[in-house]
Amino acid sequence: MRAPQVVQEALRALSTNRLRTSLTMLGVIIGVSAVVIMMGVGRGAQSLVNQSISSMGSNLLVVFPGSQTSGGIRFGAGAAQTLTLSDAAAATSVTGVIRVAPIVMRSFQLGYGNTNWSAMVTGVTPDYFPTRSWDPEEGDLFSEADLRSNARIAVIGQTTARQLFGDEQPIGKTMRIRNLPFTVIGILSRKGQSLDGRDQDDVVFIPLTTARQQLIRSTFPGSINLLFVQVASSELMNSAEAELTDLLRVRHRIAPGQENDFTVRNLTAIAQTAAIAAGAMAILLGAIAGVSLLVGGIGIMNIMLVSVTERTREIGIRMAIGARQRDILRQFLIEAVAICLAGGAVGVTLGLAGAWLIASLSGLLVEISISSIALAFGFSAAIGIFFGWYPAAKASRLRPVEALRIE
Amino acid sequence: MPQSLIRLSDVHKQYETVGAPPVPVLHGISLDILPGEFVCLMGQSGSGKSTLMNILGCLDIPTRGQYVLDGQSVAGLSPDELAGIRNRRLGFVFQGFNLLKRMTALDNVALPMIYSGLSRDEASRVARDKLGMMGLAAFADRLPNQLSGGQQQRVAIARALVMSPAVLLADEPTGNLDTATSEEIMRLIQGLNRDDSITVVLVTHEQDIARYGKRLIRLKDGHIIFDGSVTQGLSERGAA
Repeated sequence: MRAPQVVQEALRALSTNRLRTSLTMLGVIIGVSAVVIMMGVGRGAQSLVNQSISSMGSNLLVVFPGSQTSGGIRFGAGAAQTLTLSDAAAATSVTGVIRVAPIVMRSFQLGYGNTNWSAMVTGVTPDYFPTRSWDPEEGDLFSEADLRSNARIAVIGQTTARQLFGDEQPIGKTMRIRNLPFTVIGILSRKGQSLDGRDQDDVVFIPLTTARQQLIRSTFPGSINLLFVQVASSELMNSAEAELTDLLRVRHRIAPGQENDFTVRNLTAIAQTAAIAAGAMAILLGAIAGVSLLVGGIGIMNIMLVSVTERTREIGIRMAIGARQRDILRQFLIEAVAICLAGGAVGVTLGLAGAWLIASLSGLLVEISISSIALAFGFSAAIGIFFGWYPAAKASRLRPVEALRIE
Repeated sequence: MPQSLIRLSDVHKQYETVGAPPVPVLHGISLDILPGEFVCLMGQSGSGKSTLMNILGCLDIPTRGQYVLDGQSVAGLSPDELAGIRNRRLGFVFQGFNLLKRMTALDNVALPMIYSGLSRDEASRVARDKLGMMGLAAFADRLPNQLSGGQQQRVAIARALVMSPAVLLADEPTGNLDTATSEEIMRLIQGLNRDDSITVVLVTHEQDIARYGKRLIRLKDGHIIFDGSVTQGLSERGAA
């Protein structure tokens, strides 16, 4: 029997029992659309995490000053003022380090006209911006010259800009930080939420020198709140982390066996953990959807078995007039595959609609890729072959005499 | 002496059931049928005539013994090879017509040709011709349940003959038909045998039907108890 005839036969058989065919198909439809939706949600979560990671800056080590013990009372990490600008300068000598960005920060009340707003004000060097992957959306970032001249200028995030300036164009305007006037020279591009849910766009950056001398005065000369260290590649992260730790221990004169008065964290490692968690969620969602597709497949097998039993006499007649085993096998297999492919097509359509609905109702990022559609479709065809095979083989192995004897 | 079309030598058949002793149905049947013969198989139910028909039709295989069809030994053939023989060498007509319900008369007649590998167009063309010869040209696109019993059986005969088989095997072809239609069908089969030299083997339990044949074989309990001309066989029976 030629291929087009086989397909024609299968479609004819399926169309005679429309209700049953569509109910069987429903299992596949639900399964496939679940796969499309779940994979979309999973991938969306993954790419959200990846976005956050890349917004953090790549290959970053962050150094916190350590805890301080005063009269038996231990303060938490960052309480001590042990990290200094000269530590930052020294850190540039560590193998693989391409940039260091020391920062000081404190929360201040901001003002513009009669509006006020509170945000974290961070004193940074120009290297900070590339280290954390900050790009200006409008205006400029500041330069080494601004740093040297203790300029009262600020680069602000989009949330801050909106809260403080509303619809006004902030660039060139003067805002107040603790009643000191600062000129806004740039607005940063949007970063969105950080991995821990903070709004990364509610920020004010001013030159480090200005901050240290006019806003955040410290009794400890040269002390900084944080030090970002960017390493050339992820392969160098571990060695750079170890070398930086050794360097700081020597600089802080910490005897062997004594605890560090600083903490070095590998941000990339933290980000990777988050990425792994998101990946695990994507796999889990996919697996759940896969189970529903599997159940749909079992439904097909069930119906095909019933169909084979019902059509035993038809199989007998076909065999009597010359159908070979493979003709019968193909006939039933193609029926199963046709159900799956049709169900797959409807399922993909419903899945796309469902994903769109979820994205617009919940605001979740749902990412549909061609590959997930292809996967769902291919998987449903595979389900058809896998679960259609047994009933089809059972039909093809019927003995003609016995098949003809059944009424 | 012409070459036998069908030669059975010492054919035995017993049915094996799990957990029960085998049931013997045929005990050493030997039989030669020549081209152009019209053989009627008669016997009471349980005589083994259906089993013998199934073996002749390659729907079943003998437990023991030889079956040579048109010079080819059937023993030891694979299921697919048997399917090929059924497709090309044998034509079946059944009591219940056994047309495929969802297919038009035309598609039913075309189906054996499609299984043999012909294209749909060519098969349809030949099938239409064949239906025309059976006087059914106007009914080609009807479904079986839109046809009368006699028309359905004629479609079945067209389907049986469409591959130009060596033998037409008819199992109670008139069992579901009224007397007038039965006569019509039997005259058709008789004509095919007489005018087109088609070899016919027909199973029946009705003497009136057997009368259309030339040779009569009576079976009882798996043995041949009579093999001769129809006239002789029927009159002997009538005398006894």
